[in-house]
Amino acid sequence: MANHNQAHDGHGESHGSLKSYIIGFVLSIVLTIIPLVVVMNEMFDKKTNTVIILIAAVLQFAVQLLFFMHLREEKKPRYNLTSLILGLIILLVIVGGSIWIMTYNAVAV
Amino acid sequence: MWDKIKEFSSEFFVTGDPLILGAQVSIGLTLVAVVLVLTYFKKWRWLWSEWLTSVDHKRIGIMYIICSILMLFRGGVDALLMRTQLAAPELEFLTAEHYNQIFTTHGVIMILFMAMPLMFGLFNIVVPLQIGARDVAFPFLNSLSFWMFFFGAMLFNLSFVIGGSPDAGWLAYPPLSELSGSPGVGQDFYIWGIQISGMGSLATGINFIVTILKMRAPGMKLMKMPMFTWSVLSSSLTIILAFPILTVTLFLLFLDRYAGAHFFTLDGGGNPMMYINLIWMWGHPEVYIVVLPAFGIFSEIVSTFSKKRLFGYSSMVYALMSISIVSFFTWAHHFFTMGSGANVNAFFAVSTMIIAIPTGVKVFNWLFTMFRGKLSFPTPMMWTIAFIPCFVIGGMTGVMLSVAPADFQYHNSYFLIAHFHQTLIGGVVFGFFAGLYYWWPKMFGFKLHEGLGKWAFWFWNIGFYVCFMPQYALGFMGMTRRFNEYNFDMGWQPLNVVSTVGAFLMGIAFLFQVWQIAHSIRFYKKEPTGDTWNGRSLEWSIPSPAPMYNFARTPIVTSRDDWWEKKERRRKGEPELPHVAKAEQAPLEPIHMPRNSGVPFVMSFFWFIAGFGFVWDWTWMVIPGLIGVIVCMLVRSFTYNTDYYVPVDEIERTEAAARGAH
Ligand code: HEM
Ligand SMILES: [Cu+2]
Repeated sequence: MANHNQAHDGHGESHGSLKSYIIGFVLSIVLTIIPLVVVMNEMFDKKTNTVIILIAAVLQFAVQLLFFMHLREEKKPRYNLTSLILGLIILLVIVGGSIWIMTYNAVAV
Repeated sequence: MWDKIKEFSSEFFVTGDPLILGAQVSIGLTLVAVVLVLTYFKKWRWLWSEWLTSVDHKRIGIMYIICSILMLFRGGVDALLMRTQLAAPELEFLTAEHYNQIFTTHGVIMILFMAMPLMFGLFNIVVPLQIGARDVAFPFLNSLSFWMFFFGAMLFNLSFVIGGSPDAGWLAYPPLSELSGSPGVGQDFYIWGIQISGMGSLATGINFIVTILKMRAPGMKLMKMPMFTWSVLSSSLTIILAFPILTVTLFLLFLDRYAGAHFFTLDGGGNPMMYINLIWMWGHPEVYIVVLPAFGIFSEIVSTFSKKRLFGYSSMVYALMSISIVSFFTWAHHFFTMGSGANVNAFFAVSTMIIAIPTGVKVFNWLFTMFRGKLSFPTPMMWTIAFIPCFVIGGMTGVMLSVAPADFQYHNSYFLIAHFHQTLIGGVVFGFFAGLYYWWPKMFGFKLHEGLGKWAFWFWNIGFYVCFMPQYALGFMGMTRRFNEYNFDMGWQPLNVVSTVGAFLMGIAFLFQVWQIAHSIRFYKKEPTGDTWNGRSLEWSIPSPAPMYNFARTPIVTSRDDWWEKKERRRKGEPELPHVAKAEQAPLEPIHMPRNSGVPFVMSFFWFIAGFGFVWDWTWMVIPGLIGVIVCMLVRSFTYNTDYYVPVDEIERTEAAARGAH
């Protein structure tokens, strides 16, 4: 791990197949269209809409990581996974913390 | 036609203020002078091929440092103007409008365009040398980061003479920073200047994490890394987690202003409080981003000048890393008064106080490192010694501020101003100065004049206390921040005069430093060895300034403070370990190096064009700017000739010249 010393290696990782890219692409488009359709057509009430958007967003995130960022194919030590977990923790803090802080500051709409 | 041009230019250029007119004239004259000098000495080609296109981490580091010193000058002039205005009640030196602009640009410049680049400069110069690498992991990206910073900073600074400066405070709280509160272009300069340089900062964070994790010399386990490298790792980690928050928040503000969105507006379902919540999620980690490397610098210096290994190495590592995580859990202490309820305030008060624990650990580590050491006190060590009490006081007033109910008294008063300047100057600025003095010989091959450095040191320190101690009292007396005028009856004048005197003492200190640099260049005295201070880590094992490829042979590391241990073995006549000896005797091999590239400069310039277009809402300018950016990306993607090998005889020649010089 500590012994390469060249300014640029990092070639020679696997780069996924065309098939996996296409599946990922289709999935991410579908996951973008669903919330759009739901909101534009006012299909559900506000709360359900929010939940659908959130779910689609989380799935979108997973699709990006698995199909485009090659999370599954990483060699050890798994720096990407580690930093992802750290990032997720911070993300939870941001979202959860904001919701908590802002509940007392909500403005009437 | 003529009237139209006149109307346009009166809106485009800032007019009607003698101070700014003076600045416009002097900027114009300086530009002309620079062009003339470069042309006269036929230096254009040299400038382009040796510096502007360089991907060498050492040169990029030097360019960062030059920019940051210029920015320190501008931020400092801003500070002196403000202090002059506050020296007497009801002074009519700066109007309220002008004062608002000045504290805004002062804050932004000092933090984003002075502290950050000074820090990145030191990262660049020191980290690859300390870990035995030939460059950073992504040298091209590194150059791109620098130029993004540079053009972002230029864009921001341009607002001073074109369009008008932003004036909504260094964090640009809405609704003031919305179109309703700031209809001018100043706020757009703010957004785009910071966005463009912010992308560069994010890339730098990534670059240094990868460099540190992947490019260490063989044998340098994580727990054998020098402490500065550890601090860079913790700071970079914080950068990559925090900067995206800034980018998104400012982007939302941009959408509000540019596209009529309502994220933070007062009407249409927006909520300005949300902006404050978001921006501090970046803002608080940001202050740790700049101070953690300073802690690393002090650790290196304390152990070098005590001739002892650092006390409590692993506790220091855990302290650094835990600070970079816990710093993400404290942001609401910046708006205890917002009314988020007792539970929220209690949580964030406690999390803030917790940070004091690892910080305290570090102070004790430094003290115990000095305990019974063979101490010496050249300028880097003097700054370190001065830092400790200063930061301790700053830390303690910070704990006072973290007591949420008490903060209702301190909030936005001069008590706060004194507190954060104490940590930013006493911690960050003192730390980076210490690092600059310490590594200067490694950067340039000569030392800075010690005598003048001591004058600068005393002026800075005395000036600091004279300037900021009275402000704690002024805070208690009810003086609030961002105030350009006060009344005679308030009784604030005496302390304000004292404070202004202190500010000017620091201004004199800065002049001493400029003199010190000029003097040391004028009476250039080459450092006889690469090991100016009898150092401990790998950067001192190679000549000063370091050759372009840093290490002729990749060093093999066996212990913490590897270079020091090697010197000890040599002194005692002990043999090296067999595999180290073998590597040191091995014949030289060609060295693989990255090629220079003009793409980062050109691409960042196109960002500048696009940013300027966004500021003025000129789509005809935005589009070519963005197209230029994309073309640059394509050009880079299809460039295959990005690296080369330095042949052995060139390495031999360089080494002989560097070693033969003593
Ligand atoms: C050289 C000595 C310095 C002096 C005399 C000084 C003075 C001042 C003054 C007078 C203000 C405005 C107070 C107000 O009216 O609200 C201010 C604000 C500020 N300063 Fe400094 N300063 C110095 C150095 C620094 C440094 C080194 C940093 C950061 C690294 C810094 C960061 C800030 C920030 C963030 C603000 C708040 C701006 C705002 O209110 O939006 N200052 N300073
Ligand atoms: Cu904070």
